Amino acid sequence: MTRCIQCTRCVRFASEVAGVQDLGMLGRGSGEEIGTYVEKLMTSELSGNVIDICPVGALTSKPFAFKARNWELKGTETIDVTDAVGSNIRIDSRGLEVMRIIPRLNEDINEEWISDKTRFCYDGLKRQRLNDPMIRGPDGRFKSVSWRDALAIVAEVALQVKPEEIVGVAGRLSDAESMIALKDFLNRMGSNNVWCEGNGVRPNADLRSGYLLNSSISGLEKADVFLLVGTQPRIEAPMVNARIHKTVRANHAEVGYIGPPTDFNYNCKNLGTGPQTLLEIAEGRHPFCSALLAAKNPAIIVGAGLFERKDKDSILSVVNSIAKLGNVVRPDWNGLNFLLLHAAQAASLDLGLVPESDNSIESAKFLYLMGADDVELDELPSDAFVVYQGHHGDRSVYRANVILPASAFSEKEGTYENTEGCSQQTLPAVPTVGDARDDWKIIRALSEVAGVCLPYDNLSGIRSRISVVAPNLLRVDEREPALIHTDLKPDCQQKLSTEPFSSAVDNFYMTDSITRASKIMAQCSASLLSKK
Amino acid sequence: MCARLATKRFLEIRQILLQSPQPSRSLSTALNYHIDSPDNSPDTPWEFSAGNKGRVKEILSHYPSNYKQSAIIPLLDLAQQQHGGWLPVSAMNAVAKVVQVAPIRIYEVATFYSMFNRTKVGKYHLLVCGTTPCMIRGSREIEEALLKHLGVKRNEVTKDGLFSVGEMECMGCCVNAPMITVADYSKGSEGYTYNYYEDITPKRVVEIVEMLRRGEAPPVGTQNPKRIRSGPEGGNTTLLSEPKPPPCRDLDA
Repeated sequence: MTRCIQCTRCVRFASEVAGVQDLGMLGRGSGEEIGTYVEKLMTSELSGNVIDICPVGALTSKPFAFKARNWELKGTETIDVTDAVGSNIRIDSRGLEVMRIIPRLNEDINEEWISDKTRFCYDGLKRQRLNDPMIRGPDGRFKSVSWRDALAIVAEVALQVKPEEIVGVAGRLSDAESMIALKDFLNRMGSNNVWCEGNGVRPNADLRSGYLLNSSISGLEKADVFLLVGTQPRIEAPMVNARIHKTVRANHAEVGYIGPPTDFNYNCKNLGTGPQTLLEIAEGRHPFCSALLAAKNPAIIVGAGLFERKDKDSILSVVNSIAKLGNVVRPDWNGLNFLLLHAAQAASLDLGLVPESDNSIESAKFLYLMGADDVELDELPSDAFVVYQGHHGDRSVYRANVILPASAFSEKEGTYENTEGCSQQTLPAVPTVGDARDDWKIIRALSEVAGVCLPYDNLSGIRSRISVVAPNLLRVDEREPALIHTDLKPDCQQKLSTEPFSSAVDNFYMTDSITRASKIMAQCSASLLSKK
Repeated sequence: MCARLATKRFLEIRQILLQSPQPSRSLSTALNYHIDSPDNSPDTPWEFSAGNKGRVKEILSHYPSNYKQSAIIPLLDLAQQQHGGWLPVSAMNAVAKVVQVAPIRIYEVATFYSMFNRTKVGKYHLLVCGTTPCMIRGSREIEEALLKHLGVKRNEVTKDGLFSVGEMECMGCCVNAPMITVADYSKGSEGYTYNYYEDITPKRVVEIVEMLRRGEAPPVGTQNPKRIRSGPEGGNTTLLSEPKPPPCRDLDA
């Protein structure tokens, strides 16, 4: 603390932006110190931002300290993929290594902050990486092979099985280019069982308003009442939560929450835990209705965790009736929002990655996992052939028969659409490891070996293909709002279950293959989550 | 020659300055952070006593309901009186709950003001004024006499838990310097007194301590029998006549 000049920017950041009252100014005069008085950690998911706002460098990034000099670093302006917000970041690299990640200003998305997961997950990019194409031998061990051999084996198996037994799953970190390539490839093989994890069965991909944050992230500041349905923005999308916190502080917006007990860093009424409460509000029996009706710009935020529920359609129709009751969707204000969980989700729904069959995994004989590590593989037949294409040796690798190494988000050019429908592109900051290739290139090569060659050879070719399916993905850095609203949906007769909402994210610090491979994230989960 | 003498003298002065021990400038009785101990931990329950709950309500009524935090200082003072002259961290947490702010906001206030003691003090907390007029009139000797008589260091409590000595900055009675304050926590917040003993001498201060030990109440104010309050010793030497009324023209004329 010898450099500290007691400017109290960190104290003010903690209480005004992060919403945790942990830091304070202790003592006075020459004995003044910044501290917590009692021994505790600053339990905020935005705590890393104090590094950026400290004017003298008294607060520094522990993983970055003494690792590199500023002038040695090459900055690459790119975007973050650890959640669905798509925070604008700069990846600072030295040679082959990502040295640190810092935020870039984007007033519409992340303002000038990023979450701790975004900032500190980069050491995961150096661990558990898949270097070479590998095939599991009869003894159950992986053996490195050449790309030619690996692709030949995959194509051979894919051509042997029936088309409807081919299933493809895109992971939560996939970019739009690779997802359209995967879908095109599987369609050419005769299968349409392709989806992106996290979207649940039979996702609503018809109307963009049914899966986007329609008010936009910065638009949430206009809201005066929030109803959070089965979503915990603090751990699902800290930047959206920071926006809600800002709104609550600025105009004393009221926040109601339906879901399991959780921490909020602003005043929030816990209305209930399950769909019953939702029904009560829809029928006007709940005391929160009066707040909703009195509001000028009410905002409902539905968590994407609900997409995985069996009674999803009926929950959404109840939410729709609440929206109608509270006049939430108007020509001048659309307050019916869906908060997605993963970077790939919005683009995958835009591109129509919707499986034909509800339980394709159970009958799959050829499963193509493109970075998908959170798919339930228990139901998968034991004789199914699993191809894992990805950058980390994570959960799905244990079941894979063939591994195809791909590049991570920091090593490729890819298009991602964030939860509010703004498409953004990543740029390669560092070269990829080993023999890994970009996701879409692997699929393009595989399609040629399998005899169903995809008609694009370069990024502009694949982007012109995207422009046919979802032209909005190519309008980079521009938010494309949904035009038609959910009124068109037919009423649903599905039964509402009484099961309470569950939390979509168990561990904020470990949500995908990169963060699960990160040592810093493991330390964070060990020291921060055990306290709760 | 001259230069050599000057250098020698300079070195001597420097030596003296280096040798003189830096007096501790820590005015508050504790560190800027909390260390758990058996009698001071956030887990020990702490509440305002039944009698003080009414006073808490009364204090809060002085401030608008949306500015409850204005009551932090009076409430901390009340908590300190109730807890025998010092504030454990659990008492600060209790105040935080009453005024509905985060505990750190209370810690900030409590660490700022040296009058809030965050470590144990004696039932009689003796504060010696250390500011210039008192210092010139011998406050250092007073403190020395106190510490020697009680056998403690500054901010230490005597073994019987009765006394502790601290330093305080200007108490505003410089005309009666030197002086000490006795904060009496022996009778809880109901019988709490805070008295000045002025014009003291090293001998008199020991007498005062002994009187307090016996449970007697030494006369407050100046200890010089020849003075009345802050008046001159031996009575007035000037302004002896009845004061004349202010000049005013005759309105009836």
